[in-house]
Amino acid sequence: MSRVVVEKKVLNENQILAEQLRQRYADHDVFCLNLISSPGSGKTSLLERTLERFSRDTCVAVLTGDIQTENDAIRLARFGFPVKQITTGGTCHLDARMIEKHLADWPLETLDILLVENVGNLVCPSSYDLGEHAKIVVLSVTEGEDKPLKYPSIFFKSELAIINKIDLLPYVPFDIAKARENIQKVHPGCEILELSCTSGQGLDAWMRWLELRREKAVGATSRP
Amino acid sequence: MHELSIATSILETVEKESAKRPGIHFEKVGLRIGEVAGVDIDSLTFGWECITRDTVWQALELDIERVPRKNRCDDCGHIFEVHDYTELNCPRCNSFPTFNISGDELEIAYLEAEEPEGVET
Repeated sequence: MSRVVVEKKVLNENQILAEQLRQRYADHDVFCLNLISSPGSGKTSLLERTLERFSRDTCVAVLTGDIQTENDAIRLARFGFPVKQITTGGTCHLDARMIEKHLADWPLETLDILLVENVGNLVCPSSYDLGEHAKIVVLSVTEGEDKPLKYPSIFFKSELAIINKIDLLPYVPFDIAKARENIQKVHPGCEILELSCTSGQGLDAWMRWLELRREKAVGATSRP
Repeated sequence: MHELSIATSILETVEKESAKRPGIHFEKVGLRIGEVAGVDIDSLTFGWECITRDTVWQALELDIERVPRKNRCDDCGHIFEVHDYTELNCPRCNSFPTFNISGDELEIAYLEAEEPEGVET
């Protein structure tokens, strides 16, 4: 019997591609975020509210993943920024190869921010590095406040947890203090923002977070 | 649901490693999978059987080591297993928070082969 030591990450190939993407983003000062949530938590709505707040001086591109349909890309394209749909045809997550492929005809030097909306799923996307600067998990108040405990991996790996749909708090039995506590249990120090894409509450704080995080990632220098 | 992709990635690595070592027939692949890696072992095993069935890899066995979720207390340095998210205080000094150090592994540790007869090692 002989044993060959392999010691490789199972998703080694994905990791290699993700590192290449990270390097390309760094070379071109592109700030990339990976948004993850269950289906229906409001990722696309958050992107709509985000895109409408950006002036055309900043080039924000969006890659939006779904199993089927171009619906999200159609929703997001009306803001005039480059948007592309990734239809996975059944796959429950985006991987680095899909990102690389869909970026192929976007010159990275023309982009400032790349927002990736992952397939709605709290499990599988957490395993795949897309070369992003940060993962963001979105949780909405119509879900259970124990979601961070049920799906710890994604809350652990996300820099920011967004609690969305807070305009519905009067109508649902969601304990927001408990939700915050659960996020901190799984990921001590995780940043948390509460907002509503419907009422607009909390969106200014989100835009500030985005700008500060971008400065941290690519520096405050704006493109000439 | 991404277990089939994971099984496919494992098989790709096995094929690559095997191509480097002609004549050696691997019988077992050792995996290290953390308890909070988000991988369902039954689905992974099922996916593995599906993609290796009627191929040269059909007999290749998965040897899966589950890696427990462990946290470390930055105050006293104690490392402990976490079984439940209600038990995140340090069991030694009761400090909170404590920080996760393992349980998210998804790694191929080794490949094992029967020595071909007559080959000296």
